Amino acid sequence: MTTTAARGGRRVAGRVKAGHPRRPRETYALFLLPGVLAFTVVVVVPFLMNTGTSFTDWQGVGTPSWTGLANYRELWADTEFWASFRHSLFMVLAMAAIPTAVGLVLAAALFDHIGKHFGSRVVAVLRACYYLPQVLPIAVAGIVWSWILAPDDGSLNALLEAVGLGSWQQDWLGDPDFALYSVMGVMVWVQLGFPLVVFMAGLQRVDPGLYEAAELDGAGWWRRFWHITLPQIRPEISVVLLWCTIAALKVFGAVYVLTKGGPGGATDVPSYFSFTTFFEKTQVGYGAAISTVLTVIILALALIGLRFQTRAEDAEEGVRA
Amino acid sequence: MTALRRYPVLVALAVGALFMVLPFAVVALNAVKSPAEYSAHGPLGLPHGLYLDGVEDFWQRVDFGRKLLNSVLISGSVAVGAAVLSVLNAYAIGIGRIRGRAWVLAFFVLANTLPQEALVYPLYHLSKQAGLYDTRLGVIIVFTVIQSAFGTYLLSSVLGRFPREIIEAARIDGANRWQVLWRIVVPVSRPTIGVLLVFFFVWTWNEFLLPLVMLISNDNQTVSVALGVLQGQRLMDATMTNAAALLGVLPAIVFFLVFQRTLTRGIAAGAVK
Repeated sequence: MTTTAARGGRRVAGRVKAGHPRRPRETYALFLLPGVLAFTVVVVVPFLMNTGTSFTDWQGVGTPSWTGLANYRELWADTEFWASFRHSLFMVLAMAAIPTAVGLVLAAALFDHIGKHFGSRVVAVLRACYYLPQVLPIAVAGIVWSWILAPDDGSLNALLEAVGLGSWQQDWLGDPDFALYSVMGVMVWVQLGFPLVVFMAGLQRVDPGLYEAAELDGAGWWRRFWHITLPQIRPEISVVLLWCTIAALKVFGAVYVLTKGGPGGATDVPSYFSFTTFFEKTQVGYGAAISTVLTVIILALALIGLRFQTRAEDAEEGVRA
Repeated sequence: MTALRRYPVLVALAVGALFMVLPFAVVALNAVKSPAEYSAHGPLGLPHGLYLDGVEDFWQRVDFGRKLLNSVLISGSVAVGAAVLSVLNAYAIGIGRIRGRAWVLAFFVLANTLPQEALVYPLYHLSKQAGLYDTRLGVIIVFTVIQSAFGTYLLSSVLGRFPREIIEAARIDGANRWQVLWRIVVPVSRPTIGVLLVFFFVWTWNEFLLPLVMLISNDNQTVSVALGVLQGQRLMDATMTNAAALLGVLPAIVFFLVFQRTLTRGIAAGAVK
């Protein structure tokens, strides 16, 4: 109650006028009602249903029969399940680690070098090129790339042939040894624009004086990158890494369109695995267990990220106060 | 010395940028080739004329106009609906400062990160029971709610810094909470709401898993789903594939050119606050 009074202090005028010290907050809560109702129906109830289903054996029709942890025990021993999560780690590499690292270097080069020597128009055009794949529906990106990577008449193989590297030709998406790396390459292409744009925006708030001072002190590009750029946009880096990791764990559309998890499960990922278990094998209970495990991992990551962010914000506010 | 070192960086970045847009160019190039030309010179030969029959043929075969209409209808409705829902939520959290708002906000953030795989089967099941399966309305309802999680998160922090004097002044002039919201808060926050509208529209346009499961009949499918399913069936020849890719890429490029500023700025705003 004391905190309420302290925080409400700024609104004292309004309160005195209304004459009901506790009313204001309660009427504001009414505005939350449609949102809470909608979320309950579309997110909370389905989520609880899915979690409940994961403890049952259910074919999608009839009554689910309670089997306790049987699905999870089966998952633990399922090599297909472990393979799908191993592929997820590759996706994290392709969608979070590599785009963040490359995005940092690109952002710094565009901001600290191109912007200074060639002007902001050049920067804007280059940034737009790198960002373009981000607006493309993943299904369409999949069509574009599955044709480029096609074994017989794909343009990548045609290009290799044209430059005399015919022996490098591959069935990029159809060879189990290459398929995962090909999908990873496509995902780097898709994802790169996101970190780049976020980092460039972050650099806007860095004091240009820092760079000038460093340059006067004789710091080269690399040292400026390491000692100014990186520390200054650390909040952006952690947020981007977190968001991209979560996106990588959820990747579905690209796998559906490019490889359908194949060849021979070489590119299967948890979301695609749960999708086929739900709708092709109609083992709904088992599919629910897969998606529940995925959810737990993602929520754990999100919670860590959330804590990290609020703590950083508190620290920031503490400094300001 | 520095003058000499300037250009290699520019060239490297330009080559990288070229690589990013090259796939689009190759698709456009091959979509306007005739099948005969394609088989004679392969994917890298330049087209000798403008052959649009492939694109036209594809358009008619998949009834692409209908798919575009579905996508526009669904994405547009979701954008508006989700923006309204976000504004209402954020008004209670950011300006109303309701008790337990940190928890409410955390709930929306977590809801936003929830994988759709954990919702897809129950939503499929429930929508069948509610008679909303394979209807555009069903997809609109689901995405209005899902997208508003991010909107609530972003708008709450923006409204949390809303100048309170303006609200107090309006209250003293006799405006009730509802009037304050629509006459003052919404007009003042228009830039942020604009960013949200663009985001919601493009995100919903690009959505794949839930529409794939929820929209099975040809008449209701969106552009993304129709193209993804066609590709998944592996029934298209090279010319058709390129026509499909071109028709899928074009709306995205249009959005990009129209919304480029909003998209790139908005993402930056959304990521770190």
